[in-house]
Amino acid sequence: MKFSHAIIEKNVLLLGILSLITVSIGGLVQIVPLFAVEQTIERVEGVRPYSPLELAGRNIYIREGCYACHSQQIRTFRDEVERYGHYSLAAESMFDHPFQWGSKRTGPDLARVGGKYSNDWQVQHLKDPRALVPESVMPAYQFLAEKPLAFDDIQDHLAANRAVGVPYTDEQIEKARFDLLLQAGALPDADPAELTARYPKAVAGDFDGKAGRVTEMDALVAYLQMLGTLVDFSDLTPDRVRQ
Amino acid sequence: MSIGRDGRDMRILRYRGCSMTAAVVGEVPLATAGPAADRYVDDVIRAFAVAAVFWGIAAFAVGTFIAFQLAFPDLNFGIEYTTFGRLRPLHTSAAVFAFGGSALIGSSLYVVQRTCRAPLFGGAELAWFVFVGYQIFIVLAATGYILGITQGKEYAEPEWYVDLWLTVVWVAYLVCFGGTLLKRREPHIYVANWFYLAFILTIAMLHIVNNLAVPVSLTSSKSYVAWAGVQDAMIQWWYGHNAVGFFLTAGFLGMMYYFIPKAAQRPVYSYRLSIIHFWALIFLYIWAGPHHLHYTALPDWTQTLGMVFSIMLWMPSWGGMINGVMTLNGAWDKLRTDPGLRFSVAAVGFYGMSTFEGPVMSVKAVNALSHYTDWTIGHVHSGALGWVAFISFGMLYYMVPALWNRRLHSKALADWHFWIATLGIVLYITSMWVSGIMQGLMWRAYDEYGFLQYSFIETVAAMHPYYIIRAMGGVLFLTGALIMAYNLWRTIRSAEANALVPTVPTATIAAAE
Repeated sequence: MKFSHAIIEKNVLLLGILSLITVSIGGLVQIVPLFAVEQTIERVEGVRPYSPLELAGRNIYIREGCYACHSQQIRTFRDEVERYGHYSLAAESMFDHPFQWGSKRTGPDLARVGGKYSNDWQVQHLKDPRALVPESVMPAYQFLAEKPLAFDDIQDHLAANRAVGVPYTDEQIEKARFDLLLQAGALPDADPAELTARYPKAVAGDFDGKAGRVTEMDALVAYLQMLGTLVDFSDLTPDRVRQ
Repeated sequence: MSIGRDGRDMRILRYRGCSMTAAVVGEVPLATAGPAADRYVDDVIRAFAVAAVFWGIAAFAVGTFIAFQLAFPDLNFGIEYTTFGRLRPLHTSAAVFAFGGSALIGSSLYVVQRTCRAPLFGGAELAWFVFVGYQIFIVLAATGYILGITQGKEYAEPEWYVDLWLTVVWVAYLVCFGGTLLKRREPHIYVANWFYLAFILTIAMLHIVNNLAVPVSLTSSKSYVAWAGVQDAMIQWWYGHNAVGFFLTAGFLGMMYYFIPKAAQRPVYSYRLSIIHFWALIFLYIWAGPHHLHYTALPDWTQTLGMVFSIMLWMPSWGGMINGVMTLNGAWDKLRTDPGLRFSVAAVGFYGMSTFEGPVMSVKAVNALSHYTDWTIGHVHSGALGWVAFISFGMLYYMVPALWNRRLHSKALADWHFWIATLGIVLYITSMWVSGIMQGLMWRAYDEYGFLQYSFIETVAAMHPYYIIRAMGGVLFLTGALIMAYNLWRTIRSAEANALVPTVPTATIAAAE
């Protein structure tokens, strides 16, 4: 029997099912192997889940839509590597729910902005970008310095992350509040070593310069200051990330 | 209106050279009375048409405002609710989901009834649920952005509770649309409905997979998406590019396949091309996502696949363009007299242009320059303003007079709309070409000593004049839309009933072939 497209045109279910099969193939081929193939993410030392304060800061980064203007993905070009640092590795965003690679650079890439500027510079720049960079078109985020950080449910945040695959330990979840306050400099008597034991390389301090108050500014700057700092590239060679 | 079954005044537009009744666009005779069960459900479509105009203006207004913010950052006002970062998703969602969505759902329900010669499945109740539910989705999403509630995934910003609500509404929409197809009185499903159906099904698939998330708690608006890092990037752009491919392309192609033949009173150019266009387009589009992730940490093979399929996608895209434009064969004079048709045909022209530009930009070597720059923004807007908005305007200029049984208030105003909007698009995309390519070149420029020639902020400063030109383009486009709103409002309010579009007897069409 000769095939006629009219058969499909006369049967809604057939048309719908064939359409669904047709549109499924591409996604299956491209997406499923990314979960199965171990080469998708190289083994890299140093990458760890976000500390509670960094996670809260990341959530402010997401809330304010920073990704609309800033990428966090350095491509493998000479000019990008010279401007921003080592090109981004897949492992560096393996705990990012969601990823924040971005698609537009109205402002510069932030994948390795951590440590490039002082806390003070970051705070002043966020409050009034044009005071430091006259040509900047970034909005002023003065209000972040005024708003106290809401972190009553920070344990739930870590638990939700664990539910989607981030390997937070029971201890990390239990101590989330404590770790957040410790990193924000609100517990002057606590030992910072306790924080770095759970979150290596986490930097504690009073980020916004307002002692005793944990503001959204504290959290956002803590997040910005750790971006791209976890992997030590000084001893990372291509051979070491090869599978 | 009641549904004519005797075909007395039925105008049948067959595909040229194809004797099948396959692809018919049946015109229905005007009648004022008839049993309720046999009447088209049109009130809800009127509501969708009004919503489309309203959200269109909202989307263009917010877009124009944030364009000015990029030129004059003081317009962010230092208030959290009015920063670019929060208004940008408001603009994109208003354009894509509120304006585009209302136009798509409304027109699809209009088309499916007329091409199936059947009233909507589920009756007015189900259709009104879809309308109200969808508007609630829009308002929930939009207010969330202003308040800072977002998933942080582009074009999928609504949080988990809004996503769940949309899923319910979308299933109702599928039942309403698919059910109408099932009880059709035409043997064949018309080509416009293939595209609408593929749009509904695929968007459902994309929406569910991309938005799988675990909420922090049932009382928290915040959730964490199931995917992370490189996999999330792939799934996001599989979703994101096919929001373009199926929401902004397949759905609006359904619109093209109905409203252009109707307005031109000509059969669709080629039946075979329609079949190839449909299957090739929906098969190839889904692969194109990774071209948003060239030279990133996404595995190279995936990037290459995305590029190759994006280039192949050029062919069905232009096949569809040819099918749409060539439908005007023998009716080109109508471009002078029918402003709605002029919008539709210009839209198909812009569609051809941006579906050529897209594959070019998906080539890795080109993307190396264009990615992260305004070139991408310009490309998106040649599609969004030139294709999506123009084909919707064409649909509205046809459907609003038809639904309210009125003559269009003013062709002159529609002409003004057309030319003002076209000029706005030209300003927009040319300024973004220049600024995007310039910024890409400046980022990679080296001086004679081998150092990067420009600091980042120098490239920002260089954008300033182009950002002003772009914003002016937005002002023009918004002005055009306001003119349209006035024109359509006067049309609806007019006391003068009108016999719709002129009806051509079947014999005349047959003779023309």
